[in-house]
Amino acid sequence: MDIETFFQNQNNKKQLKILTCGSVDDGKSTLIGRLLFDSKNIYSDQLSQTKIESEKYGTQGKQIDLALLIDGLQAEREQGITIDVAYRYFETEKCKFIIADTPGHEEYTRNMVTGASNSDVGIILVDATKGILDQTKRHTFILSLLGIENIIVAVNKMDLINYDEKKFKDIISSFKNFSSEFNFNLQKFIPISALVGDNVFQKNSNITWYNEKSLIDELEDISLNEPLEEEIFSLPVQFVNRSSSDFRGYSGTITSGKIKVNDEVQVFSSKEKIKIIKILTPKGESDFAVKEQAVTLTLDKEVDISRGDLLCSVKNHNYFLSDQFASHMIWMNKEKMIPERNYIFKFINFQTVGKITDLVHKININSFEKIASKFLNLNEIGYAKVALNKNTIFNSYKNNKKLGSFVIIDQFNNQTVGAGVIEHELRRASNISWHQMSINKNLRHSIKGQKPCVLWFTGLSGSGKSTIANIIEQKLHKLGKHTYLLDGDNVRHGLNKDLGFTDVDRVENIRRISEVSKLMVDAGLITIVSFISPFKSERKMARELVESDEFIEIYVDTSIEECEKRDPKGLYKKARSGKLKNFTGIDSNYEIPSSPEIVLETKIKSAEELADEVILYLKQYYKI
Amino acid sequence: MKLSHIDKLESESIHIIREVASEFDNPVMLYSIGKDSSVMLHLAQKAFYPNKIPFKLMHIDTTWKFKEMINFRDETAKKYNLDFLIHINQEGVQNNINPISSGSKIHTDVMKTQSLIQALDKYKFDAAFGGARRDEEKSRAKERIFSFRDKKHRWDPKNQKPELWNLFNTNIDKSESVRVFPLSNWTEIDIWQYIYQERIPLVPLYFSKIRSVIRRNDMMIMVDDDRLKIKENEKIEQKKVRFRTLGCYPLTAAVDSDATTVEEIIIELLESKYSERQGRLIDNDQIGSMEKKKQEGYF
Ligand SMILES: Nc1nc2c(ncn2[C@@H]2O[C@H](COP(=O)(O)OP(=O)(O)OP(=O)(O)O)[C@@H](O)[C@H]2O)c(=O)[nH]1
Ligand SMILES: [Mg+2]
Repeated sequence: MDIETFFQNQNNKKQLKILTCGSVDDGKSTLIGRLLFDSKNIYSDQLSQTKIESEKYGTQGKQIDLALLIDGLQAEREQGITIDVAYRYFETEKCKFIIADTPGHEEYTRNMVTGASNSDVGIILVDATKGILDQTKRHTFILSLLGIENIIVAVNKMDLINYDEKKFKDIISSFKNFSSEFNFNLQKFIPISALVGDNVFQKNSNITWYNEKSLIDELEDISLNEPLEEEIFSLPVQFVNRSSSDFRGYSGTITSGKIKVNDEVQVFSSKEKIKIIKILTPKGESDFAVKEQAVTLTLDKEVDISRGDLLCSVKNHNYFLSDQFASHMIWMNKEKMIPERNYIFKFINFQTVGKITDLVHKININSFEKIASKFLNLNEIGYAKVALNKNTIFNSYKNNKKLGSFVIIDQFNNQTVGAGVIEHELRRASNISWHQMSINKNLRHSIKGQKPCVLWFTGLSGSGKSTIANIIEQKLHKLGKHTYLLDGDNVRHGLNKDLGFTDVDRVENIRRISEVSKLMVDAGLITIVSFISPFKSERKMARELVESDEFIEIYVDTSIEECEKRDPKGLYKKARSGKLKNFTGIDSNYEIPSSPEIVLETKIKSAEELADEVILYLKQYYKI
Repeated sequence: MKLSHIDKLESESIHIIREVASEFDNPVMLYSIGKDSSVMLHLAQKAFYPNKIPFKLMHIDTTWKFKEMINFRDETAKKYNLDFLIHINQEGVQNNINPISSGSKIHTDVMKTQSLIQALDKYKFDAAFGGARRDEEKSRAKERIFSFRDKKHRWDPKNQKPELWNLFNTNIDKSESVRVFPLSNWTEIDIWQYIYQERIPLVPLYFSKIRSVIRRNDMMIMVDDDRLKIKENEKIEQKKVRFRTLGCYPLTAAVDSDATTVEEIIIELLESKYSERQGRLIDNDQIGSMEKKKQEGYF
């Protein structure tokens, strides 16, 4: 064979990204093993290794277990299930496939979503002996949410039901029943046996009643939507390429449309218009570039552009520069999603802190009903409003997947805890800008002769917060300082009387108190806050509401054993006996501060002495 | 214009490389002198053209690489004026750790894995590029493109962060790090096609030539210097061989081959029945050995 023809053929091959999904044990990994095997994309050393493993871990007796070609982690082989997504590569005469084998197990839904996010085609497996299961529905829903337009429903293990046509037809109709609301472009049903190979590569005489294409033929014939000729140009700026010489270029990957030298485009954040002078593509300098190419552009004038910005067509654009939007999201962490808690939101070329302000509903995965909920648990899908701390450029997911998707990251442990697709922008309800008052904070506190701040006490119930806070207020008062003490018990009787003690309510409780203390600081007061405030996130939120030198976190360090021994209000006893739910330290978590300004150890010193320590601190740093 | 699958892979890799340069303070590119590293280096040069690569390159030298590899490395660093570091685990050298008498397992652990960890700690790198591909081995097929490592450089395969679209979570704490694999989605054939199209220079060991080899443990081992002691029952043969993958010379098997050009290599590959990693002793120790090594910090 001549090498140039070979490359020509390679370059003409269509690239298709597919995933297998469906419920646990439906045969996803086996099917991929079969695809690799039948397309002769397995080397013989890999095959002989799999034979050895099959004897040890296989599910098919003496025979080779094709799933073991794919399940590459020790834990997967031992448990006989897929845990994380595997990416495999195989090719046929016409096509290059990148195939993601995803886990069926509900616990690992996040890994299924990972595999689905980059796929063009979804193969949903259904075990013919079991029919449609919850996970079949959940995965089908996720595919539709992620905008996957082509699906193939492979009814597997036909060998176990004697290739029964009626059972196949029944499964088709129940699938159609539940999925009628989803808008898939292409939806095909194929009876297969991944184990034996029926209808995967070869049509099989076992299934005489099926006259349509085999799985591989169906896959090869899928044509993906080509981008429209008039698609608008967009390039999220990823990297500014600048050196000591006079070169200055803007690098990034084109997410839609195309661009030519001399085109006029705009910097989306400033709406400034510029002209393209040079286009550097991976193949060198070029007159034009298209979607998916990673390029560097030089412009006709020096303008202010940085990572996070967008270069796009001047006309017809439909991008948003905003800090609020509505989106569907899937939660991927054991710790549930809590509205009003701060998280990091990461977009294609920008990340900022923000929060979910309102969970509109979550979705029942069985009936697809919308149900009210205060939070999302692991693997739940919901529809929610998001507010960001900074303006961000985005688009709806439908218009542009790259600019319409985001992931949610925990601020403390950096875990990726959620992911979302943007439906639309939300106009700021709070478009009301701050009323500019002519008397400001400085003026207010200077006539009081003090520097305002928040003394934020945190610690377990009964640790001594209120006692110490009280003494401090008295001492400050004696010194002629203007103070106010916000205490758990009194605020909960008024401002926050609608809130209980669930995690969601605790977050809202602290959010309101943080806002109130911010106003008090603005009024020029030394504000003493005394709440359990068990979560790091909310204490961080409170801290960030005021200036960095205005927040003093005071951890009242009393062990749970000690608190329980004191039990001044008899609450621990109640909690232990189960009469009191969600009690901090017992069945609700307390997160110890990692770097508080002051730690007060109540075991060693009296409340009076500890209060003096705080006063001393204020004298030292605040010159009171 | 339609992009071919190679064009798409190329742009995807460049995007990944630029993302690291934007999001990390102190990245490094691990350069192992092999074909995948050569492709990765080529892509990095494209990503920042016309400027220099804005991070360092580093070679973890086990002191047992083929002489031709070392020459090639030094020439490459000079030719492209690269910011280049070489790290050797001196403790291992002092303890005379070597692939022949210490065995492949200990040698790889001390001179590669431990050495890499030493270097990452020494220079406080927060991101390290590696040229590994998912089609090489099945535990690699499971790994993320941005693969998180804890403070001790360990990989936790059961607890990988979800990685959706091309949104990469680059948030880490102090002294944690990530390994980044820009070639994740390339196959061996893709690599060779790209080397051919882009005329990327390679270490001559990939091409067939008459070389001095001995047979040991069912493998052909090249006699690269006199540290390889020839046993009585062994004899040095002159054979036309090449290497499909490169590593420490006593651990890397040569294959019979007449392929002297990239074209011929590709044709040979298309007919091959064996995977490239077969020529590596270190993979074949036991089931799941690659996964174990990766958990300990190996690339
Ligand atoms: N009889 C029969 N058994 C099959 C077929 N396909 C798969 N199996 C068996 O079903 C079991 C589960 O197969 P896997 O491929 O591991 O299933 P999976 O969908 O990948 O499972 P998870 O990834 O853990 O969700 C194995 O024992 C397979 O050998 C089939 O067509 N016929
Ligand atoms: Mg599986």
